[in-house]
Amino acid sequence: MSAAEEVVTEAPAVEAVPKRAMTLGYGTSLVVLAALVIIPLLVKNFIIFQMTMLLIYALAVLALNILTGGSGQFSLGQSAFYAVGAYTSAILMEHAGMNYALTLPIAGIICFGFGFLFGQPALRLSGVYLALATFALATAMPQLLKLGYFEHWTGGVQGLVVTKPDAPFGLPMSQDMWLYYFTLVVSIGIYIASVNLLRSRSGRAFMAIRDNEIAASAMGVDVALYKTLAFGVSAGITGVAGGLGAIAVQFVAPDGYTIQLAISLFLGMVVGGVGWLPGSIVGSAFIIFVPNIAEGISKGLSGAVFGVLLFLVIFLVPHGARQVAIVAQQLIAKLKKN
Amino acid sequence: MTAARQLLTALASALVMIAATCNVAMAQKAYDTGAGDSEIRIGNIMPYSGPASAYGVIGRIEAAYFKMLNEHGGIHGRKVSFVSYDDGYSPAKTVEQARKLVESDNVLLIFNSLGTSTNAAIRKYMNEKQVPQLFVASGSSKWNDPKDYPWTMGWQPSYQDEARVYAKYIIKHKPDAKIAVLYQNDDFGKDYLKGLKAAFADKAVMIVAEEAYETSEPTIDNRIVKLKASGADTFISITTPKFAAQAIKKAAEIAWTPLQILTNVSASVGGVMQPAGFENSQGVISAAYLKDAADPQWDKDPGMQKFLIFLKTQYPEGNRLDAATVFGYAAAQTMAKVLEMCGDDLTHANVMKQAASLKDFAPDTLLPGITINTSPTDFAPIKQLQLMRFRGEKWELFGEIMSGGLGH
Repeated sequence: MSAAEEVVTEAPAVEAVPKRAMTLGYGTSLVVLAALVIIPLLVKNFIIFQMTMLLIYALAVLALNILTGGSGQFSLGQSAFYAVGAYTSAILMEHAGMNYALTLPIAGIICFGFGFLFGQPALRLSGVYLALATFALATAMPQLLKLGYFEHWTGGVQGLVVTKPDAPFGLPMSQDMWLYYFTLVVSIGIYIASVNLLRSRSGRAFMAIRDNEIAASAMGVDVALYKTLAFGVSAGITGVAGGLGAIAVQFVAPDGYTIQLAISLFLGMVVGGVGWLPGSIVGSAFIIFVPNIAEGISKGLSGAVFGVLLFLVIFLVPHGARQVAIVAQQLIAKLKKN
Repeated sequence: MTAARQLLTALASALVMIAATCNVAMAQKAYDTGAGDSEIRIGNIMPYSGPASAYGVIGRIEAAYFKMLNEHGGIHGRKVSFVSYDDGYSPAKTVEQARKLVESDNVLLIFNSLGTSTNAAIRKYMNEKQVPQLFVASGSSKWNDPKDYPWTMGWQPSYQDEARVYAKYIIKHKPDAKIAVLYQNDDFGKDYLKGLKAAFADKAVMIVAEEAYETSEPTIDNRIVKLKASGADTFISITTPKFAAQAIKKAAEIAWTPLQILTNVSASVGGVMQPAGFENSQGVISAAYLKDAADPQWDKDPGMQKFLIFLKTQYPEGNRLDAATVFGYAAAQTMAKVLEMCGDDLTHANVMKQAASLKDFAPDTLLPGITINTSPTDFAPIKQLQLMRFRGEKWELFGEIMSGGLGH
């Protein structure tokens, strides 16, 4: 066995996170939820749009978190699943005239299938090798979308323009606000389902594989099945996020789904805390707002400023938002005692 | 006495009223959000980061231009605030930045945002909001669609216009040409190829070979070999600089000597012809609409002198060899012209109306003879190009100014 293989197989890919630590307490959850419900009523449409994107990227980060934090597999190919979801929704809405809400489950199912199938060959790979395989997927996707064969459907390099839905039943709210609440409901649904998934038998199987593959199979976990399943679930959720993203941005084009997006999502997961699902929204906020802050500091060096900020976060709080949350929790407990 | 006083008061108040109405009648100032008595706020979105960051120079040049304008008193006494954001060339980010500009920064219009898919992503939004999306920095022909998108207007000649100029030249001077085309497999290359085929129309059979390459390919040598094998005697290279240089070099290596036509995108002396080797580049034909700041033939040109002084005083870090500087300067000048024409009526509708009534406007850095003309049914400001041939170590313009429009 070569040294490289030893490193990959011996060290656990992801630090173990006990399953209870994966969620927030009820009280905190309700406060966050209340904030997410109330804030849009008080701000401009533009901020509502940003918050919609926040939820959408949070979903995509959450999906990656289930894969990496849950089952211990890496992926740099999430942008490919996101693109498939986005294109599925856009094509169904624009070419088949389907209702936007119906396109989302279809996008989810197609991406689940896609992810599950991709998980099959990926089974033979682990650690950095798997990351590279998914990387290949992410680089290939924008070019596949440009292929002449699909051009009739995808619009080729020109992309597709998507119509934004109005609020139904004559509700007196703007398109942006309606889309935000719609996204919020979908996100909450997926979040609850994800939390339950990780607490279930399947979730325990994921984590057993993450912690020690050999021990897991010795205990009777079907490693192959659960690894591919994790890929499928992750891809499915990313697909739904992609579909929502297409509706919110009102446009899909191959250039929108490059490897850059996959890396952003990966970044979001690390900043939010690997394996801590509520961190997804923090990670999403990081990838949306920090580039804007960096640009505000220096236009010419925005990339460098972003790099410095990212470095500070990794250096000071290597476990991301989860670490901050734990410290905050301890502080509150201390205050209560006094 | 009282009567007299009353009369006086009446007279006085009548006078005041007349004066007041006169004042209103004389000024007739009209503003939409983003414009006021002392300021005009315009937005811009550029890829300062990401794969197309080389174009970020355009945004910086434009910022410098408006700064200079403000130092000289602005436009009709109003300062121009140029708010420019980075989208990293990602359409989703462009949408976010456009909404920020329109809804949060309250800009009067968005000017010269760069990229085809990035601008396509915000076109519908801008038209729904009825905020002008002026002088889009992209060569796609779709910005000239005043019927469906009355709030969007292009600026530079479209790829289709440029392709038509080459097609006219080939049909006239080499009617029995066998043409091989090499193109980049992305929005630029495909849009161009489409324009080229449309330009040849029923003569498109003259195109005997097509090869597409990906920007990720390290070399395109084998594609050139294949194109040579097709027996073509004319080679149209729809390539970005790195690949354009490779193509010229490889053709020389394998002793393929067709008539070479190179897209304006890559017609850079320093970036393409020199690395390809001057001896290999002789006779290559291209077309231009901007003056090349590196070309000594413009040293005495008053427009170019103005530009060089601007570059030296306002943006000394700018590289005069970089065509983006000449481009940004001319685009900013067009924008300033439109704002000047608007006078005190700075509404979205009037901005579009004035932008659509530019007549024979010639920015300093456009080739002599090329002018900007628009009308309510023509949203393509620059439609003319001039052919040029590479000789010695520089481009030599030849022939007359050609219009890419149909019918000429």
